[in-house]
Amino acid sequence: MDAILLQVLNGLDKGSAYALIALGLTLIFGTLGVVNFAHGALFMIGAFCAVTFQKLLTLSYITIDETRTDFLGNPLEVKSPYVEGWFGPETGGAIIDWAVPLAILFSIPVMVAFGFVMERGLIKHFYKRPHADQILVTFGLAIVLQEIVKYFFGANPIPTPAPDAFRGSLDFGVLLGFDPNAIIYPYWRLIYFLFASFIIGAVFAFLQFTTFGMVVRAGMADRETVGLLGINIDKRFTLMFGLAAAVAGLAGVMYAPINSPNYHMGMDFLVLSFVVVVVGGMGSLPGAVAAGFLLGILESFASMNEIKSILPGIDQIIIYLVAIVILLTRPRGLLGRKGVMEE
Amino acid sequence: MSKSNFTRRGVLKTSAVAGAGLAMPTFFTSMANAYTNEPSGDTVTLGFNVPQSGPYADEGADELRAYQLAVKHLNGEGDGGMLNTFSSKELQGNGILGKKVAFVTGDTQTKSDAARASAKSMIEKDGAIMITGGSSSGVAIAVQGLCQEAGVIFMAGLTHSNDTTGKDKKANGFRHFFNAYMSGAALAPVLEKMYGSDRKAYHLTADYTWGWTQEESIKAATEALGWETVNAVKTPLAATDFSSYIAPVLNSGADVLVLNHYGGNMVNSLTNAVQFGLRDKQVNGKNFEIVVPLYSRLMAQGAGENVKGIFGSTNWHWSLTDEGSKTFTQSFGKEYGRPPSQAAQTCYVQTLLYADAATRAGTFNPCGIAEALEGFEFDGLGNGPTLYRADDHQCFKDVLVVRGKENPESEFDLLEVVEVTPAAQVTYPPDHPMFAGGALGDCNPGA
Repeated sequence: MDAILLQVLNGLDKGSAYALIALGLTLIFGTLGVVNFAHGALFMIGAFCAVTFQKLLTLSYITIDETRTDFLGNPLEVKSPYVEGWFGPETGGAIIDWAVPLAILFSIPVMVAFGFVMERGLIKHFYKRPHADQILVTFGLAIVLQEIVKYFFGANPIPTPAPDAFRGSLDFGVLLGFDPNAIIYPYWRLIYFLFASFIIGAVFAFLQFTTFGMVVRAGMADRETVGLLGINIDKRFTLMFGLAAAVAGLAGVMYAPINSPNYHMGMDFLVLSFVVVVVGGMGSLPGAVAAGFLLGILESFASMNEIKSILPGIDQIIIYLVAIVILLTRPRGLLGRKGVMEE
Repeated sequence: MSKSNFTRRGVLKTSAVAGAGLAMPTFFTSMANAYTNEPSGDTVTLGFNVPQSGPYADEGADELRAYQLAVKHLNGEGDGGMLNTFSSKELQGNGILGKKVAFVTGDTQTKSDAARASAKSMIEKDGAIMITGGSSSGVAIAVQGLCQEAGVIFMAGLTHSNDTTGKDKKANGFRHFFNAYMSGAALAPVLEKMYGSDRKAYHLTADYTWGWTQEESIKAATEALGWETVNAVKTPLAATDFSSYIAPVLNSGADVLVLNHYGGNMVNSLTNAVQFGLRDKQVNGKNFEIVVPLYSRLMAQGAGENVKGIFGSTNWHWSLTDEGSKTFTQSFGKEYGRPPSQAAQTCYVQTLLYADAATRAGTFNPCGIAEALEGFEFDGLGNGPTLYRADDHQCFKDVLVVRGKENPESEFDLLEVVEVTPAAQVTYPPDHPMFAGGALGDCNPGA
């Protein structure tokens, strides 16, 4: 029982990342009709917003320590962050320690602007082109973006730790009456899950309870009629692209302490996220979220030793296996609507 | 009126001869050469096959820096580096056998098929007489096989699987880097000293040739101490999040987690393990410990503070104080503004060893060079007295046991050497079961 609970918990944070990326993908597909293969790159850029913000906060001035030497035998250059100089070592240190949560504020305008430029500069020229063209151009863009990131940040992962207050793990087992250490779950992953749930809830609330959201939903259902009513739906859809980019970016920022960001992390998530979207049902926002969590949890279960000993290698194929089964039984996915991507 | 000497029959004859010549397989046209890519001009071309893209690109870039420095030193430029400390005094800084050293590079992308393609291209199109490089054992084994078929020497770069000089060894392939068996043999006594002989270990292992041999080696070494192996779980090479593999560890009764992971796998699994708070836990009345059998400074940078206090092994470290290491660190540091990695050191040394062997043999013939390298004993290249064993083309030298430094002074100062394990302690017989199943075969000069 404890092993099952453990894997459910593990699946939640993985599922959170899938759900957030898939939500953005579905928003873009549902509003603009664009299959955006650069969406994983937006997740990666979000993570690198955290890296950049951390680097900005740790910008340092150099003093020479004559008593120590560097690897060449020269007097050691000691780096001291400006932030610590300005606010004192304690406050300055705390600001640096909280670099990742603070990077959320930095990343929102960056990602919205990035999404806006991407949509106006490239994507809008492909609205009326076949999906194959859209996939090719966005996949190409993803490769360009990851190579740019590699050029500036290198190929190695860059450590981007969570604040000290959130290091370590919570012993869930003790809370539920199991033995100590039976079910442990890192604090930061718990925060990631809560954060993802909040973002997902906020996006749904925005679409459900605001006039803007209502117009967008109407546009998703019947773009032509909304246009005939004199509403500039294109402008709203551009803003939705910015919103989707921000959601992917926020998912990336908060994911940075879970696995050190590297230039390739977007591609690692992209394919799985597309499977999530297809399983959830193309164009269905609740479907994307449900499928994200479902596949994340199933992936975790497939990593259990007990299951791997019966079905070796199942952890690598479980998501695709489930996708095949769901698409065979429900060709439009879990919550897919009739008529989406059906000519 | 001019008279032409061309006749219809003459033109046909000439065309037929020329056509036959062009159509003839290169195998026959190269019969004039004694071996593949025998240099005919005043230069000799070496092929540096490293990951220039993909997840190991930073390590590949450091290897390439080392190769370029070696070429510079061989051609008499720069400060001469370890040419000055090398026990063999054959190399004079005038190239190899009087020929200036040139080089071409290939991108392995850390994929076996891409690595073979780039090595093939360097041999066939660029005339490379030797291929060297690495960062993955799967790639090294694939390229070593290709070099054997093509008749050129392969000087392996960073490859740590027992199989490279074990079941997949080849007569044309040579490895300076240490291997998984040596890591286990060097680490075990230190682990016993630090953590005792009553421990329960849980292994997470990258599911490919290097991971398998690393797990087999460290398991054998620690079980010989009296440690019990609770579980050994294979993880996909492409995995990025190891939480579902790490979560059950504490509940398994294990009090040590051994991460048989390298590169991005190591960075992520170690980061995940520390996130789960494993290092703050007590199991079986003992502090929970993590061990990383193969360390790399470049990878340790990716794991950040998580490496602090964690034991592992390495082939070489820039903080060593022997003359060879000091000279190389100075030379590399002045050229590139950073200390060399272990990958850079092994690549630099392999290039010098190849050049020295060619000079001693007086030929670029791979079989002559192989003979010169077999049984060669040397010193002054940063690892102490070293033997290139003839039986399997594996170097035997001291192995470093390192620990993640608690208070690093710079971004490069991440590991501290806690023990230099003597070569005798990591030496094994050529017929050791972990290296069984293959044969060197005969040297192939190609052509």
